[in-house]
Amino acid sequence: MNKMDKALRELAEMDELAAQDSPIHRLSPTAKLLATIAYIITVVSFRKYDLTGLVPLVLWPVLLFQLSGIPVSTCFYKLRIVLPLVMAVGLFNPLFDRAPLLQLGGVAVSGGLVSMLTLMLKGVFCLMASFLLMATTPIDCLCASLRKLRVPKLLVTLLLLTYRYVGVMTRELAVMTDAYHLRAPGQKGIQFSAWGSFLGQLLLRSMDRAQELYSSMLLRGYHEHFHYAPDKPFREKDAAYLLLCLGCFALLRYVHIAQLLGGLFVR
Amino acid sequence: MIEFQHVNFSYEKDRPVIRDLSFRIADGEAVGLIGANGAGKSTIMKLLLGLLQGEGKILVDDVEVTKANLAQIRRKLGFVLQNSDNQMFMPTVYEDMIFAPLNYGLSREETERRVDAVLERLGISELKQRHNHKISGGEKRMAAIATILAMEPDAVLMDEPSSALDPCNRRLVINTIRDMKQTRLIASHDLDMILDTCTRVLLVNGGRLVADAPAEELLRDRALLEANRLELPFCLAGRG
Ligand SMILES: Nc1ncnc2c1ncn2[C@@H]1O[C@H](COP(=O)(O)OP(=O)(O)OP(=O)(O)O)[C@@H](O)[C@H]1O
Ligand SMILES: [Mg+2]
Repeated sequence: MNKMDKALRELAEMDELAAQDSPIHRLSPTAKLLATIAYIITVVSFRKYDLTGLVPLVLWPVLLFQLSGIPVSTCFYKLRIVLPLVMAVGLFNPLFDRAPLLQLGGVAVSGGLVSMLTLMLKGVFCLMASFLLMATTPIDCLCASLRKLRVPKLLVTLLLLTYRYVGVMTRELAVMTDAYHLRAPGQKGIQFSAWGSFLGQLLLRSMDRAQELYSSMLLRGYHEHFHYAPDKPFREKDAAYLLLCLGCFALLRYVHIAQLLGGLFVR
Repeated sequence: MIEFQHVNFSYEKDRPVIRDLSFRIADGEAVGLIGANGAGKSTIMKLLLGLLQGEGKILVDDVEVTKANLAQIRRKLGFVLQNSDNQMFMPTVYEDMIFAPLNYGLSREETERRVDAVLERLGISELKQRHNHKISGGEKRMAAIATILAMEPDAVLMDEPSSALDPCNRRLVINTIRDMKQTRLIASHDLDMILDTCTRVLLVNGGRLVADAPAEELLRDRALLEANRLELPFCLAGRG
């Protein structure tokens, strides 16, 4: 299979994951969206040396993975490209910040190391949370709930069309690379001399397709307004879920669970 | 009613694609649009839909196709694109099918009912929840036709509806087109299908209308067809 085809399949798999059924999938998108935002804010708000305070927050994604039936491996597989980038952000902290922060079994651990780990964890947690949101909520429902939260129509439409457009572009690329390789057997990748025309064609073709798709939408009555998936009502169950999440996040943020537990054992 | 009055159009300067085109299609009529590759069939349809703007007048039910009237006109016309890939933009067949009816303010229940009826009629109920990129070319074509039928437009324009279809589905589409009460304009190289579905045929060449005659008559005219890079339909060629 073509590399692009594979990318395409992966993209479609997100839609399929989101179409599954589980207690989490059945929650209102708005509740999930708000909970995710709250989670990300909580994660980001931890101070840079507060590694021990941050670690317990892993519980929420773990719980969601369990409840939604989405394999953790799928998450890390899909995020394999972004994860290293996010992790790389704090890589230089240990070089700049060498002041010892704490002693661990006689070894001095520098502030830089701790802050690097904290930063990495923050990145991973936020990515996991966003992935879980996308994997349990169809994009249409997500857009519908964004609209309900009064995010401007233009932005939401842009988001949705970008999501779809990535698919269009990848598909064109898949077709073109196939066509190229059929006539250049045994060649690895695309010859440098052909890049210019290849990219130019790709752009033109995906623009053409985007144009046609847009016409097709207009012809079927599209008016800067999408009819998203049927609106799932915001029920008591959803409110309960949201409140529970918010409560837990606040607890994890202000009560130092790790210290508390540590205190139990040390004393 | 669809009417073209002296329409001219060119994509690029000095290379006219449609030249002084005039014709008229009455309500409920089934008209075939034939001509060689590049003759201008798809362009004619796009002009009618207001996707392209040319010179001259195009009328749909006596309303001129202009920017201001587009919404009103497009509501009446259903267009099956030559390339189904470009028509289907939602993740699943079902979502694509409900797109138009919902945009036109139909209720969910009514839409559901229509969708199921159309799928049933085309015998593709099992495609309903399938992903658009995971169905075959012919299945996609059937789905594309279904999305338009679910719109229940006053007139249906089809650009090569039978391409990519197996004989059975082709027959199904032919029967579907034949049973329709709406005005139909069908562009195709499948002259047998045109003969089966249309009562009248427009023949274009280089953007000009060369002939406008009853299907039975025009499609038997070997000399005329061959002069325009076409051939007699198979079913007639055998006999003649
Ligand atoms: N986007 C475009 N830009 C410039 N020229 C175009 C464009 N699209 C089509 N043409 C030209 O316009 C002419 C008519 O094209 P059109 O697509 O209407 O033909 P057609 O009758 O539908 O052909 P086919 O049977 O191959 O579908 C052709 O000569 C074509 O090269
Ligand atoms: Mg064409």
